[in-house]
Amino acid sequence: MILSSFILIPLIAGLLAFFIKQDQLVKGWSLLAALATLAAVLYSFTMPAAAEGLSYSRIWLGSLNSHFSLLLDGPARVTTLLTAVSFVIIFIAIFKNSYADASQYFGLMLLSMAGLMGVFLASDALLFYFFWELALIPVYFLCSKWGGERRVPVTFKFFIYTFVGSVIMLIGIIYLYSKTPDQSFSWASFKQAALTAKEQAFFFWFFFVAFAIKMPVFPFHTWQPDAYETAPVGTTMVLSGVMVKMGLFAVLRWLLPVFPQMSDKMGGFIIVLAIIGILYASLIAIRQDNIKRLIAYSSIAHIGLMAASLFVKNDMAYQGALIQFFNHGINIIGLWIVVDIIERQTGISKMSELGGLAQQAPRLAIMLVVVALANIALPLTNAFIGEFLMFSGLYQQNVWYAVVAGIAIILAAVYTLGMIQKVFFGQRNEAVQVADLQTAQWLALAIIIVLIIAAGVYPKPLLELGGSLVKTIPLAVAP
Amino acid sequence: MNLIIFAGIMGVVMMFGGLLMKQKHQATLLATVLVLLLLAGNTWEMLHGPIFSIQAPHMLATSRFGLLINEILLAAGLLYLLVSGRDIEKVGNYVAEYYALIFFIFAGIGISTAYTNLLMLFLGIEIISIPLYILTGADKRNLKSIEAALKYFLMGSFSTGIMLMGIALIYGGTGSFLLEKFSLQGAPISYNLVAGLLLILVAMAFKVSAAPFHFWTPDVYDGAPTVFTSFMATIVKVAGFIAFIRLFEGASGIIAGKWQWVIAIIISLTLLIGNITAVFQQSVKRMLAYSSIAQAGFMMFALFSMNNWGREGIVLYAAAYCLATIGIFAVLTKMDDYTYQGFNGFARREPMLAVALAVMVLSLAGIPLTVGFFSKYYMVASAVAAGFGGKFLWLLVLAMLCAAVSVYYYFRVIQAMYFKEAEQPQSALPVSAGFRYLVAGAALVVVLLGILPQWLLQFLYF
Repeated sequence: MILSSFILIPLIAGLLAFFIKQDQLVKGWSLLAALATLAAVLYSFTMPAAAEGLSYSRIWLGSLNSHFSLLLDGPARVTTLLTAVSFVIIFIAIFKNSYADASQYFGLMLLSMAGLMGVFLASDALLFYFFWELALIPVYFLCSKWGGERRVPVTFKFFIYTFVGSVIMLIGIIYLYSKTPDQSFSWASFKQAALTAKEQAFFFWFFFVAFAIKMPVFPFHTWQPDAYETAPVGTTMVLSGVMVKMGLFAVLRWLLPVFPQMSDKMGGFIIVLAIIGILYASLIAIRQDNIKRLIAYSSIAHIGLMAASLFVKNDMAYQGALIQFFNHGINIIGLWIVVDIIERQTGISKMSELGGLAQQAPRLAIMLVVVALANIALPLTNAFIGEFLMFSGLYQQNVWYAVVAGIAIILAAVYTLGMIQKVFFGQRNEAVQVADLQTAQWLALAIIIVLIIAAGVYPKPLLELGGSLVKTIPLAVAP
Repeated sequence: MNLIIFAGIMGVVMMFGGLLMKQKHQATLLATVLVLLLLAGNTWEMLHGPIFSIQAPHMLATSRFGLLINEILLAAGLLYLLVSGRDIEKVGNYVAEYYALIFFIFAGIGISTAYTNLLMLFLGIEIISIPLYILTGADKRNLKSIEAALKYFLMGSFSTGIMLMGIALIYGGTGSFLLEKFSLQGAPISYNLVAGLLLILVAMAFKVSAAPFHFWTPDVYDGAPTVFTSFMATIVKVAGFIAFIRLFEGASGIIAGKWQWVIAIIISLTLLIGNITAVFQQSVKRMLAYSSIAQAGFMMFALFSMNNWGREGIVLYAAAYCLATIGIFAVLTKMDDYTYQGFNGFARREPMLAVALAVMVLSLAGIPLTVGFFSKYYMVASAVAAGFGGKFLWLLVLAMLCAAVSVYYYFRVIQAMYFKEAEQPQSALPVSAGFRYLVAGAALVVVLLGILPQWLLQFLYF
């Protein structure tokens, strides 16, 4: 029951939020709902669980043999925690921002949170598909209504991209369902689906494409920079911090265990794709002048590394990727908060027009530097542990993977430090005025920095949260 | 089966009632009450058995499937009268006659969902079609309406002729008009039989506007008075599908293999033509006409796979499609501007209706949490369950990609309503509060069935 509350709290709170007319009240209400969800998530970690995790199941569609079944295993613990923490931070960070029709904005945000929680918990394929789409619909409305210029076409491109991916996946789900031994959608039966080699080869891609578009991995990434740039910043944080994890998480739960042979066979190819993506995105990020696009491309690079690590399938890479799920989400939300502050005050998102902001806003500069260092994965920041483990995992698989992907660390330093330098130091643009942090933003950034340093110095609790690979996907380990 | 008789009687009552009634809304009221009675009668028959039984061996046979479909169509008809009654009154002076024609159509629907004999099929289809020709031309001062009616009549009679020819050939092949004669596995295959089946297939494809026999649809739907387009595109179309499915339910055995290919080609053509043409429409009414072709492509999956999944799917599809399309048309008839621009800023103008319309559009696009998702889901699942997942995988992928294309034109309505502002501020639509609640209620049903579709499907079995 505690698991359904992860979904129900934001869902009900979101529906109620539509009817709250005062702006301040609805903001407080959303924050409260997010905090309540976070409390539920934290409480669930203390509960005694079976070997594979906490689970909950009820019959939903009897004739289809589909259940409302939820499972909180290692990866799900990390991602649900990420979702809950992120939404709390996001609601704090945008507390002072004003929105037209605030009740609708926050209602939709909470609905997307419910959808995300559902995706991370569902252990029934049909239910998973349901939530997969449900997380998307509120985001579509959020981006199209409150986004920047060209928001309608850009969001539409994003929507169509992901929708094509998901309908293709739906065919895969239906087909696998017909091949399961007991005609059921449950995760356990999907893992036992009897597929011929040819069917595996086909349907592996049906699933992978949907997930790859969501992540996004290299050739499917074209919607992402535009969407991040135009979406309202609160939603961009959701998109980049939490929603991209849907694709990665789905690989862990629905791809690797369900298609063990195919993912072994295709693993190498996908890792190569991901590594190409890492380098490609890093190189483009260096050339960007727009801060938002820079962060978007840097995110593609980071996601690419995580995607590659998932397909390496050794314990080290797996654990690294899992804690990076969490840490990348926190870091990128931190970056967006800073960008939002700058853009809201100056109306500029081009680095060439900014400069010397550190003199005006020293606290903001310090905060950004810490977050940026975490983005480069410097030791003592949270991302270091994750990236270190992932690179070690890649190294064990194939030295060249680690070497080539390792170049990305250098490139990340180039573009991130370049950004700090151009925005906060260097020639000051006299026309640009920036006030230092306000309380709400200060609080949000402070939480992020505490998380960055805490996880960087003492990552053990996070690592334990994820559990080990063998426990999560026993079938996926090559014999 | 009671539906046939009651609907016929009520048609006559309506016709003579028209002589006595001075005001138009009296006719609407009477018609609404009568449809409610029909619905109650059919519910009774479904739950407890017929009110009086008629023996029509080798002609008609009631089945749960047929009764459930009647139930859905009558409920859709009731919704239609409630939300669109006022607009029917505006079409012309002979309101009572329009309603009478609608009741005759319901009688035809009763036959098409229960026939076991090709002659009855012919009767059912004709009883549905002929009143429709009249309704299409109801707005007789409008040249477009008359042109549409004439076009519909000419094309319709042509297809009826083809159907008769097909029936004659089947008679030549099997020596009988009975469906069971050619549905038995061991029936001898002759050229006559196969040619006859193909001809009937063509005629029925015409009636449900499946490509490549769809050419009449956009013009007729566009030209007919919008209220009647709504009726034609939903209730009548679904009834045509049921007749289609009943016809070939048993026949698939004797022509398996090649048959699937014929249907697969029709499906893919219908989906492609319907969806791609709909993308280029500027008028919402025309878009809905093409979308009805596109949706027909999905409904054809029930014919393609011929199994229980398909039957359940068509039941859901009937409900999903009727609810959403009637709702959208009901709002559309109240608008002055049928183009997408007409919907600009609609969310500010009519917040509640906008939410309801958004839900209906999402349902047509097949987004989860609406019944439209499950109807599409069952259609694809039926094909997979029938074992076509391997050989006809391309068809499933094509269908799903077409569903993604359909998102493009359906979402334009949402974009206009929510993300674009009207050039000049417009007042609320001239509708009553009851209308708003009805449409919102229909949207709520769409969502509820989207969470628990078996609530409707259970009636197939219990």
